[in-house]
Amino acid sequence: MTCRTGSQPDPHRADEEETPNATFAALLEGSAEELYESAPCGYLSTLMDGTIAKINGTLLDWIGLEPESVVGRMRFTDLLTAGGRLYHETHFAPLLRMQGEVRGIALDIRQAGGGRLPVLVTSVVKHGSTGEPLLIRTTVFDARDRRAYEEELLRARRAAEEARRRAEADRARLQDALAVLQQSLLPTTLPPVPGVEAAVHYRAASHDQLGGDFYDLFPVDGKRFAFFLGDVCGKGPQAAALTSLTRYTLRTAALHDPDPVATLRTLNTALHERYTGNDPRYCTVVFGLLEPDPASGEVAVHLAAGGHPPALVLRADGRTDFLPTPGGLIVGVLPAARFVTATTTLGPGDTLLLYTDGLTEARTGEDRTGLYGDEALRAFLAGHAGEPPHTVMEALTGLLDGFGDGLDDDTALLALGVPAHPAAGHGHDRNG
Amino acid sequence: MDIERRNNVTVTGNPLGPTVVLAHGFGCDQNMWRLTVPALVEDHRVVLFDYVGSGRSDLSAFTEARYATLDGYARDVVEVCEALDLRDAVFVGHSVSAMIGVLAADLAPERIGALVMVAPSPRYIDDDDGYRGGFSKEDIDELLVSLDSNYLGWSAAMAPVIMGNADRPELGEELTNSFCATDPDMARVFAHATFTSDSRDDLKRVQVPTLVLECTQDAIAPREVGAFVHAAIPGSALVTLDATGHCPHLSAPEATNEAITGFLAGLR
Repeated sequence: MTCRTGSQPDPHRADEEETPNATFAALLEGSAEELYESAPCGYLSTLMDGTIAKINGTLLDWIGLEPESVVGRMRFTDLLTAGGRLYHETHFAPLLRMQGEVRGIALDIRQAGGGRLPVLVTSVVKHGSTGEPLLIRTTVFDARDRRAYEEELLRARRAAEEARRRAEADRARLQDALAVLQQSLLPTTLPPVPGVEAAVHYRAASHDQLGGDFYDLFPVDGKRFAFFLGDVCGKGPQAAALTSLTRYTLRTAALHDPDPVATLRTLNTALHERYTGNDPRYCTVVFGLLEPDPASGEVAVHLAAGGHPPALVLRADGRTDFLPTPGGLIVGVLPAARFVTATTTLGPGDTLLLYTDGLTEARTGEDRTGLYGDEALRAFLAGHAGEPPHTVMEALTGLLDGFGDGLDDDTALLALGVPAHPAAGHGHDRNG
Repeated sequence: MDIERRNNVTVTGNPLGPTVVLAHGFGCDQNMWRLTVPALVEDHRVVLFDYVGSGRSDLSAFTEARYATLDGYARDVVEVCEALDLRDAVFVGHSVSAMIGVLAADLAPERIGALVMVAPSPRYIDDDDGYRGGFSKEDIDELLVSLDSNYLGWSAAMAPVIMGNADRPELGEELTNSFCATDPDMARVFAHATFTSDSRDDLKRVQVPTLVLECTQDAIAPREVGAFVHAAIPGSALVTLDATGHCPHLSAPEATNEAITGFLAGLR
C-alpha cells in the first residue's frame, strides 16, 4: 500500500471533483472518537489511584466487559492476573511514580471467559499546569505472538545455560581426574636424605592436559639415593602412559643396578621395545646417584644424561656452572643408545639443579618471540648461589610467575643441596 | 568484606541526629525512599542500602543458599548495622522489609531500637486456619512467570551495569529503569523468600516501639493484614494512611512522612 501526502495530486483523480484532502476527510470522518474506540491497541485512562476513568472498545472487547461495569468501578490492577498485580505493585507502580512513565512491561490481562491475554503495557503520567500528576494514560498491546516468541527464547536460553552448566561440570570432573592422575606420576613426598636438602617444583602448562615432565628421589641401598628428572615427548594421555612406564622402569632398574648408565640403558631398551613401528616415543632424562659422606658432610654426585639439558651446580662461593653431559642420546629411539656421565661433589652450601626445557624455552620479551635460554638461567642462578635449595626454588617459581603466558610447556625443577651449616639440614642428619 | 560497598550503603542527613535506616522492599531499591529522605535529613542521620541482589548491590555476593529465606536479608541488615556500628537505630522497612526488620531486631536487639513497618505482611498466602493474606500459592507462581516475562527488558537495562559498560551512552536511556530492574534469577529467589514466608510467629517477639503503617487500598497487604500485625505486636501503633497502592511513601509521601516523623518525635 502506498501512502500519499495531502499536497500531492492523485494523477488518476485529477479530473474528478473531489480533491485528495476531501477524500481523506470523508474516509477519516469522526476519526478521533473512532480511532480511540477501535484502535488496534487498548487505551485506558486512570486516576492516580488506579481507578479506571476511560477505556476504549478494543480493550473492553479483550476483557469481555461492558463499560459500565468497568469505568469508575475497577482499578487497572483489577484487570490483571494476581501475579501481574504483584508485579505491578512491586515494580510497575513505583517506576511510574518515580519516572512518570514506564514502557513495554509484559503483563497478563484476565478475560471474562477465564482466559488470559499476554499484553505489553506502557503508561505515562499526565501532569497539570503546575506539575501535579493528574492521571495515567496507558496503552495495551496484544503480545500473544511476541510472548510466545520470548518464551521460546527463554526456553532456548535456559537450555543453553543448562548445557553450559553440564559442560562446566564435566570439565571440572575431567580436571579433577587429570590432577589425580598427574599426582600419581609424581612422588607425593620426597624421602629425607641425610645431609641433603631437596626442593621440587612442578608446573603444568595446562589444567586440561596431563604434563609430560617427571622427577623422583628414592633410596637404593643403605648409603645411596637415586634421583631423576626428565621430559617425555608429547602431552596428554599417551605422554602420561609413557611417563608412567619411564618412572617405574627407572625405579625398578635402579634397584637392580643403580649405575646411572646401566639404568638409562634399561630404560632405553624398555621404551624402544614398547614404542616401535610408527609410534616412536622417547624421553630425555638425567639420572643420578647421591652418596653422602657422613664424615666430611660432602655429597658425591654421579649422574648420566640422555638428551637432557645439562644440570647446573651453584657453589657456595658464588660460582655457577653447567655440569655438561654432551652427546647423550634421547632415550627410546635407538636400540643401543650412548649416555654420557658426569660427576661432582657438593660441599656445604652447594646445590645441584635439574630442570626441564619448559624453563629455558619460556617465551620472553614484549612480543613473546625470544626464548629465555640456558645462559640467562645460569646468570639468574648465579645471583642465588650459596642459598639453600628451598630459597633457590622460591626464586625460580618467582621467575616462572614472571613468564606469565610465555610458559608453553610443563616445567619440573629439582634442587639438591648440602646445607651450609650441617645442623640446619633436613632429615636424619648424622652430622646433627 | 566491604559491607558498605556490597549493600551500596548511603549515609546522609544530620550526623548528630538519631539514626534511621530505610530498607526497600521486594521489587526496587533504595531509590524508593527518595520522597521520604528529605523529611528526615534535618534531624536524623539517614542510612539507605540495597539488599544483595537488588539495585546497585554487589550481585556477585548473592548466593541462593543465603537469600532463599528472609534470614539472609535480615543478616544483610545486621551486617550493615554492624559496619556502621549503629545502636538503637530506627528501622523503617517497606513491605517484606518490615518483616526483615523484625527478624533483624531479634538477631541484634542492641542495634535496632524501634520499628516502622510500612505496608507489612507476615504471610501473603491465605491459610487454612482462616488467615487471609490475599494470595494463593498459584498467584505466587504467576508472579514468577511475570518476572520471567520481563526478563528481556531486564537484559537490556541491567546487563550493561553488571558488565561494567554503563558508560556506553547509547544505553543511558534504558538505565533509567535500572533501579527497579533486578536480575530475574535473584528476583525469583527474593520473590520466593518474600511471598512464601510465614513470619506471623515472629511478630510476638517484637520488644521495641513499633509503628504499623497501612493503606486504605493495598492490593498486596490488605487492611485485615495490617490489623493482624498491629494486634500481634504488643504495644504497637497502627496508622491507616489515606493512600492507595502498596507504596504510600511514593503515592502519599506527605502523609507517610508525617506519620514517620511523628513516631520518631515520640521516641525521644
